[in-house]
Amino acid sequence: MDRSVPGRRASRFPSIDVPEVAVPEHHRRGSAARLPQVAELDLVRHYTRLSQENYGTDTGIYPLGSCTMKYNPKMAETVASLPGFQRLHPLQPDETVQGALALLWRLEEALCEITGMARATLQPPAGACGEMTGLLIMRAYHRDVRDPDAPERTKVLIPDAAHGTNPASVRLAGFEAIPVPSDARGLVDVAALASLVDEQVAGLMLTNPNTLGLFEEDIERITEVIHAVGGLVYYDGANLNAILGRCRPGDMGFDIVHINTHKTFATPHGGGGPGAGPVGVKEHLVPYLPSPIVARTAEGSYRWDDDRPRSIGRLHGFNGNFGVLVRAYAYVFLHGADGLKEVSELAALNANYLLSLIRADFPAAYPDERPMHEFVATAKPLKDETGLRAMDVAKRLIDLGYHPSTVYFPLVVEEAMMVEPTETESKDTLDGLAAAFRQAASDARTDPDLLLEAPLTTPVRRLDEARAARHLKLRWS
Amino acid sequence: MTFAPHTEDEIRDMLATIGVGSLDGLFDQIPEAVRLGRDLAMPPGISEMELVADLRGHAARDRNMDDLVCFAGAGAYDHYVPAVVWALAARSEFYTAYTPYQPELSQGVLQVLFEYQSMICELTGMEVANASLYDGPTSLAEAVHMTLAPGRRRVLVAASLDPRYVELLVTLGRGAGYEPEPFDGVPTVGEDVAAVVVQHPDVYGELAPVAEIFQAAHAGGAKAIQVFDPLSLGVLAPPGELGADIAVGEGQSLGNHLNYGGPYLGIIATHLADVRKLPGRIVGETVDVDGEPGYVLTLQAREQHIRRDKANSNICTNQTLMAIAATVYLGWLGPDGLRELGTQCASKAAYAAGQFAELPGVSLLHPDAAFFKEFALRLPRPAVDVVSSLIGRGFLGGVPLAPAGDDVLLVAVTERRSRQEIDGFVAAMGEVLAS
Repeated sequence: MDRSVPGRRASRFPSIDVPEVAVPEHHRRGSAARLPQVAELDLVRHYTRLSQENYGTDTGIYPLGSCTMKYNPKMAETVASLPGFQRLHPLQPDETVQGALALLWRLEEALCEITGMARATLQPPAGACGEMTGLLIMRAYHRDVRDPDAPERTKVLIPDAAHGTNPASVRLAGFEAIPVPSDARGLVDVAALASLVDEQVAGLMLTNPNTLGLFEEDIERITEVIHAVGGLVYYDGANLNAILGRCRPGDMGFDIVHINTHKTFATPHGGGGPGAGPVGVKEHLVPYLPSPIVARTAEGSYRWDDDRPRSIGRLHGFNGNFGVLVRAYAYVFLHGADGLKEVSELAALNANYLLSLIRADFPAAYPDERPMHEFVATAKPLKDETGLRAMDVAKRLIDLGYHPSTVYFPLVVEEAMMVEPTETESKDTLDGLAAAFRQAASDARTDPDLLLEAPLTTPVRRLDEARAARHLKLRWS
Repeated sequence: MTFAPHTEDEIRDMLATIGVGSLDGLFDQIPEAVRLGRDLAMPPGISEMELVADLRGHAARDRNMDDLVCFAGAGAYDHYVPAVVWALAARSEFYTAYTPYQPELSQGVLQVLFEYQSMICELTGMEVANASLYDGPTSLAEAVHMTLAPGRRRVLVAASLDPRYVELLVTLGRGAGYEPEPFDGVPTVGEDVAAVVVQHPDVYGELAPVAEIFQAAHAGGAKAIQVFDPLSLGVLAPPGELGADIAVGEGQSLGNHLNYGGPYLGIIATHLADVRKLPGRIVGETVDVDGEPGYVLTLQAREQHIRRDKANSNICTNQTLMAIAATVYLGWLGPDGLRELGTQCASKAAYAAGQFAELPGVSLLHPDAAFFKEFALRLPRPAVDVVSSLIGRGFLGGVPLAPAGDDVLLVAVTERRSRQEIDGFVAAMGEVLAS
């Protein structure tokens, strides 16, 4: 708004070539909307400069746990902006979009093969929406198969270390979220799980490896316990990067899976979206998938099938985030079977290598377990020694030129630092990040102000978040 | 191919540092019984050249809105997207960024979202907006959710609400414990009603008696929710002036491409007094330790990562990049551009409707209704067949509105359509109906 000059304008339209018509007076807008009045070059400089105050994976490593901030391939951007995809109206007749429908069909097939599912919906526009989709499928299934004398299934079990969207989705889907404790290994306490399970349990939501980056070694027993009471098991796909081509949720006993394309399949994070959250299901749950779904005819053409009487309905206004799904397709087929397996191998290599380099200062929260694609370290020993905390280490890392890891999640670990380098980072980048972690620890001992005053080198320094919530300023005055 | 940079030597050195003999050794904690033990049943990796050729092949099979003239709307519109929008929004510092949880490194995204929130408030006449939801229909479900209270669980929706929005309410209402109830005209609003929803312009493109409906809502103590069209607000009175408590809309038309239905942009705005009920991310302005202004995500206690099962919503990833595009677009448009665009849409739609009404057998579904940029026609033939035939003549002629009848076609006319294109379309329709 500061650049706004009355009378300046960037937009220009062709001269109107039909009689000008006004909307009826009582519907008319009175005073004009106070939008900025700027020239195109003003816009360009303003947003170019703002972009330069922003850090992305194209700038440097982004080791946020469970976010899988891997490289966003530029070829995906090229193909997503082809007019044959970008300039399609969602309600065009099916016969005019056979290329788009074939793409969705092939992507669905590939995602089902990767996860061990029978069919999938590509409609949910994000992982949390995928969770809601899965939970509504659970609800619909249980309504259908329920013995009239049996109690209603009102509960969904979730590990205490789960991502916040899990319990939020559970409640919004009309269930009660029951936490399942972890054991000393950081894994689901199977005995505790068994004691929590009864016929009111609709299912269990789990990610594997879990939010600590640890593989649930008892997964077969876990899924058996749930299935034994007629429950369903839901796989939160946030950590799918760890197991691509190695094992599949469907083979571990999961009935429903969601995928975050903006994690595992490198669709760009966009500063907070758009993503996509496809949901795959086993055969017995296929009838409940959202409608419509892509169908292939005997002649090999494609169409939208909305004749699905047991479907849970619609989770998005149109067909989901198609532009994001094009990018996911590009990633999946560029990598292929061999490439996807290489992804999980090198993701695990990078995470374990990085941990080896920093664990003297930041030990693993569960040091007896080998992590997979990510690990949770703790700054508790450093805090006990120096009083400085994970947040201070994070801010010092910024001054050392690195985006920090996730801090204070999962909640079950004190002074948690959740680190996921991803497979697209090189050994020298990891060496540099590790050196920065060690430097921060060393500074905590010898020159704590370097952490407490940090960051010093960024466009703004530590921001007063408490003030932001107390004195709400959420728009221009 | 993959993007992992590792050489064989590096892999060997890293394994040695870890103390494991092979890459397979990093996975020995996976029980034998659940290991895949075979290659994924899909083709091997290919080069970028081959992948791009494959996708060009797919795209070439589609008839897109560069080869057909678009007169289809129903929630997704062919408005002109100026080059500057994506030249800026597609800068990789924006699109490869994560959610701005570390604000010192994310002032770019945070400030753009603050500007977005501000512009949405100006556009809608509401007091506070969030930083985006998924799309129009899911935003409506979130808005309804904000209004549910003990003793108020009923949700009344105007019968002229787009059926797609109703479907979302039905799906998500199952979890939240409500079912949308349709009403015609002005509803009677009892003490058990949480919200009254009206879309304006409505599914037919027509202008609704919003102020009267909202008066009825408030008389019954219910909340008033308007589903609005952002690009109508240069010429139409905004939700804030009409008495809306919550305004939701589809932001696709704000600088975002048709993209076969997504990614789009869910807009939500409300009174400042209700800000703590809003779902999703909100950016606030504050100061840093030096007193310099800066931006942060705020009121995070509403959100899932803090409140978990007590959060207002489960939303995490939203549609930030689309909001960035919308912000640039609105800056490009300016207040005069917004008004001119609205006038062009209304005028061109009126002209087209007039021309269609002259065709034998074609009539306006609601001849006396005022409309903005869309109108519904009653045809002498099934609308689906007419649309198919018009494709052959180079037009995407509209969207069949099946709930209103097999013979009803919804036609949208934006500022992109010239008189020549409209005349050509009407002539083509005439030919199709005569044959």
